[in-house]
Amino acid sequence: MSWLETIRTGLSTLRSHRLRSGLTMLGILIGIAAVILTVGLGQGAQEQVNARIGALGTNLLVVTPGSSTGSGGVRGGAGTATTLTVQDATALSSTVVAPDIAAVAPTVQRSQTLDTPSANWTTTVVGTTPDWLSVRARQMQQGRFLTDADLRSDASVTVLGATTAAQLFDTDPVGQTVSLNGLPMTVVGVLQPSGSNGGANQDDQALVPLTTAQQRLLGGAARTSVQAIYLEATGPDTLSAAYQEANAELLSLHHITTAADADFVIASQQSLLDTAASVARTLTVLLASVAGISLLVGGIGVMNIMLVSVTERVREIGLRKALGATPQNIRRQFLAESSMLGLMGGLVGAILGLLGSWLLSAALGQPIPTSVVAIAVSITVAVLVGVVSGVYPASRAARLAPIDALRSE
Amino acid sequence: MTPIVIQLTSVTKVYRSGSLAVPALRGVSLSIRTGEYVAISGPSGSGKSTLMHILGCLDVATAGEYRLAGEDVSQLTEEKLARIRNQRVGFVFQQFNLLSSASAWRNVELPLVYAGIPRASRRTRAITALSRVGLANRVEHRPGEMSGGQQQRVAVARALVTDPALVLADEPTGNLDSAATEDVLAVFDELHAAGRTVVVITHDAEVAARAARVIVLRDGAILSDTGCDTTARGTARVWSAR
Repeated sequence: MSWLETIRTGLSTLRSHRLRSGLTMLGILIGIAAVILTVGLGQGAQEQVNARIGALGTNLLVVTPGSSTGSGGVRGGAGTATTLTVQDATALSSTVVAPDIAAVAPTVQRSQTLDTPSANWTTTVVGTTPDWLSVRARQMQQGRFLTDADLRSDASVTVLGATTAAQLFDTDPVGQTVSLNGLPMTVVGVLQPSGSNGGANQDDQALVPLTTAQQRLLGGAARTSVQAIYLEATGPDTLSAAYQEANAELLSLHHITTAADADFVIASQQSLLDTAASVARTLTVLLASVAGISLLVGGIGVMNIMLVSVTERVREIGLRKALGATPQNIRRQFLAESSMLGLMGGLVGAILGLLGSWLLSAALGQPIPTSVVAIAVSITVAVLVGVVSGVYPASRAARLAPIDALRSE
Repeated sequence: MTPIVIQLTSVTKVYRSGSLAVPALRGVSLSIRTGEYVAISGPSGSGKSTLMHILGCLDVATAGEYRLAGEDVSQLTEEKLARIRNQRVGFVFQQFNLLSSASAWRNVELPLVYAGIPRASRRTRAITALSRVGLANRVEHRPGEMSGGQQQRVAVARALVTDPALVLADEPTGNLDSAATEDVLAVFDELHAAGRTVVVITHDAEVAARAARVIVLRDGAILSDTGCDTTARGTARVWSAR
């Protein structure tokens, strides 16, 4: 009896017990759908975390001041000190002092209201240098970014984030004028949207030359100090070297001998990326193992049903043997039935999993990738589950003596 | 005289359950020729079911020799017995034993599936066999849609479809009313007339009376044998050379 005949026989048996076959398949089906869905969710989360952190600027280091100490000895929070200066930033941009630092963008920022004749909008005004664009890995949507010439001349120009531009202008904002703290500024460009990132909306800000911000907008201590210095390493491999160089140079500039007394903090996006990625990975593994357990339970369900089916079909097995079925024929028939249950469960489960990830991604508004490998692997696993859980019932069926089988009522 | 199709020589069958040995057949010697219509009768516990199982190669003898269509089948493996059952024996059971989910012709083709006959010729042969038992118009019916007599005739068709050396029926009319019994027995008469070897196990005297030869068993041994069926007509195709 050929495999084809065996499969046909198995199929007709499964078809004659539709409800039972369906319920048995359900176990595997849910398991496979859950595996595909959770792996997709996990991958989606991981990709999104990577994309978001990548959007912050790759190979990025952020230097922020330490805490300030007030007149009464009250220490402010991190970043309140005004110890970072434009000179620090200039020193770090030297390729002699810090060969592994590619670009340096010192920033000062303050929340301020922008006015146009028809609208006003309060946003974060950031004073910085032209390097900011590459350090933060941003692109222009239209117009140009700040230039060195703007910086030298304390030019009254600004570059708006996409959200800010949309809030202030209905028409093309480039070339228009906004009033910033009474100071008229010409809009020279609009940034391409980067998507929101954490608490701060990266698309809602107005960038002005650092000198303009210090001299004409902020005043006070802000005239010389900066709130943060963004550093871009020359590559992912030189990130830690860049960190060392920046640390050593700043310690020496600030006349600090012990690293523990440093009045600044250097943070790396890499550590954030690693943490987030590892959280996403842990979550994926956790979800996938829950799904895997449900697949296992489904497999045990198949074995259970196949065993029940052997007991229930003793007469049929006896008859088939009386009509000339060899033990091998019987074993193959039962194996074929259980592996077909697995295959069908796997296929339907894969379809449901894909459908589920499609619906879920539409509902969550974030992409859930579907990997062909995951689908192929899970269908293979489903068939394997079917085969493995069929082996024991099949060999029990094959071993039945025909007369005992025929005699049973 | 036609050739011998069944030859039992001192066949003994002992069932063991634990340390207890229960003899079911005590040295049965018997020969049946091609084309004979034989009834094996006897009270319950006489060993007629055991004899039927051995004749049908569903079980093997503890001692003694059984030659079916010239081949010694007394000590064969399970695989070889399956092949013998498939090719040399056609079974008819008291319970019909049809697959309820399959149509008449699907039931009839089942032995051909295990014989490895190609799909196309299986249907033709199954329909031919069904026509021979008068069920040409019930080919696509399921067992549930047929009467008991019709179901048993489907079972007879299934027994015939491989063209076996021996048709072996175990209480074929046990579950049938008198009209259906007559139908089935008429089919056996026809088979006999056509030169088939038919062995019917029954405890019904009326059924046994239809056979040309009656063997009565008691306590695992032959009590009486009316002797060789002289009406047996050998057909050209007695046992195939497969």
